[in-house]
Amino acid sequence: MSDATPISDPSERYRAGVLKYVQMGYWDPDYEPKDTDVLAVFRVTPQEGVDPIEAAAAVAGESSTATWTVVWTDRLTASDRYRAKAYRLDPVPGRDDQYFAYIAYDIELFEPGSIANMTASIIGNVFGFKPVKALRLEDMRIPKALVTTFDGPPTGIIVERERLDKFGRPLLGATIKPKLGLSGKNYGRVVYEALRGGLDFTKDDENINSQSFQHWRDRFLYCMEGVNRAQAASGEVKGHYLNITAATMEEMYERAEFAKELGSNIVMIDLVIGWTAIQSMSKWASKNDMLLHMHRAGHSTYTRQKDHGVSFRVICKWLRLAGVDHLHAGTVVGKLEGDKNSVLGFYDVLRESHNDQNMEHGLFFEQDWVGLRKTLPVASGGIHAGQMHQLLDLFGDDVVLQFGGGTIGHPEGVAAGATANRVALEAMVKARNEGKDLLAEGPTILKNAAQWCKPLRAALDTWGEVSFDYASTDTLDAVPTPTSY
Amino acid sequence: MRITQGAFSFLPDLTDDEIRAQLEYCLDNKWAVAIEYTDDPHPRNTFWEMWGAPMFDLHDAAGIMGELKECRAEHGTEYIRVNAFDSTFGVETIVLSFIVNRPAAEPGFRIDRTETAGRTQRYSIVSYAVDRQPTGERYDA
Repeated sequence: MSDATPISDPSERYRAGVLKYVQMGYWDPDYEPKDTDVLAVFRVTPQEGVDPIEAAAAVAGESSTATWTVVWTDRLTASDRYRAKAYRLDPVPGRDDQYFAYIAYDIELFEPGSIANMTASIIGNVFGFKPVKALRLEDMRIPKALVTTFDGPPTGIIVERERLDKFGRPLLGATIKPKLGLSGKNYGRVVYEALRGGLDFTKDDENINSQSFQHWRDRFLYCMEGVNRAQAASGEVKGHYLNITAATMEEMYERAEFAKELGSNIVMIDLVIGWTAIQSMSKWASKNDMLLHMHRAGHSTYTRQKDHGVSFRVICKWLRLAGVDHLHAGTVVGKLEGDKNSVLGFYDVLRESHNDQNMEHGLFFEQDWVGLRKTLPVASGGIHAGQMHQLLDLFGDDVVLQFGGGTIGHPEGVAAGATANRVALEAMVKARNEGKDLLAEGPTILKNAAQWCKPLRAALDTWGEVSFDYASTDTLDAVPTPTSY
Repeated sequence: MRITQGAFSFLPDLTDDEIRAQLEYCLDNKWAVAIEYTDDPHPRNTFWEMWGAPMFDLHDAAGIMGELKECRAEHGTEYIRVNAFDSTFGVETIVLSFIVNRPAAEPGFRIDRTETAGRTQRYSIVSYAVDRQPTGERYDA
């Protein structure tokens, strides 16, 4: 009997011993995925000498029902149904040793409304499995029947805008710097200056929690003083993302409750708190009319290298399901990793009601979000007012543009930095609406606004030429019509 | 002070030609334009008075400018804004909002503080104009 075909005779199939995963039934090129299946595409790098089909079957096996040897107890179950099926294998263009393996999982394998459960299967044991040299989860299709078991973002883009009373332009933010070391009072000063200068939001950074130089309650009190003063000074709704990340759920709830008591409209968590904690805080935010900001701290440890790990587009899908209102998703032009088309794919995932398959943006599958609320992407890290035309052209209105250094490092002070960004933004939105070609005329539009806005002039003089032009690590390898294996 | 609600409040006040260009953009996107006015510009005052219903069937910027002119004639000392609604599924809200008229003098807001437990404070933002006079008499011509 060939190693490359499933064994159909049950007495052969379940004889004690070790079989190939293909023989156990985890490869089925004739399988037609059902609408209710969870679909995943992995980039598989088999060990030398391992047949790629067997590697794909092994990934399907190890991420669903298989163990290393045959077990007769499979026969007590509807094991044909529970077995994930690798159903398609495409060589990765330009990579001799890599393959895109498509795998279908029956919906019954998953607990409703649980990202922890989904990830325990899909990225559980399988990533350490010896016969594959490297493994990367490139994309997933979550069936509608499973999407509807998740609450999604507690607020969503639409309601966030209605609460903030801000429409028709990107929102503006800044992360307080230095992110560590300031006392609560000094920290709140920066919040006040940035917000009164024209920003909509200021932000705690990922690692400001409750350190010796600044107790969290101190930060919350002084930040809310700044927020309220700025609201009175501008007549606008303002906010500060209070980072409630802490060591335990009990502590996070305590910080969240204090933020609510102080009248904050938004709290923030870090990705490192884990899926269960994220879903818990999402439910809390929903119950308490609170926006939930997600800082993707830690993601690059597994999203950046394209041979191994999890693509950020999958993290975007999981986080939209888990339910966050804001998610950092890349700038393209800033200081942090981000291939343009990949980043646009992340924005599609977060903002669209329905994603078409779009290989150009790295979206391997059509994805219907069934009315699930949308997550507002955040562009943050090394961007400045001189790039406003590029940012607006790339991302449109539904994005938070965060200029941390580009606000706080302004030569005339924090408020002036904020004003420069706000003026640049409004001038650019107005020009776009008037039909101007942003990429061609953007620099002129900025220069014209800088003639009457001194802070913008100073910002352009300081940073106008700064760019971060490095090759991306995580680029797209798939071609629009991959050839079949 | 200058209230900076709306999409273009950090720019010099839009001229009528500039307002018309924004209206054209809204109409090109098949959005319905509405005009609203208020003399209570508190940041959480969501419901400004409607100058009629959104103009779903008016596809002519000049016509909307005519409505704005009439609104200004009656409420020229108050705040007036233009909103654009998008009724596309999954949006169904305002997609552009900007101030097109404001009082000659904007006295702004003060903060009322109530000290509570610990160092916690309750903040209220109070409009000087609203505090001073009933509606209709808050801003001078």
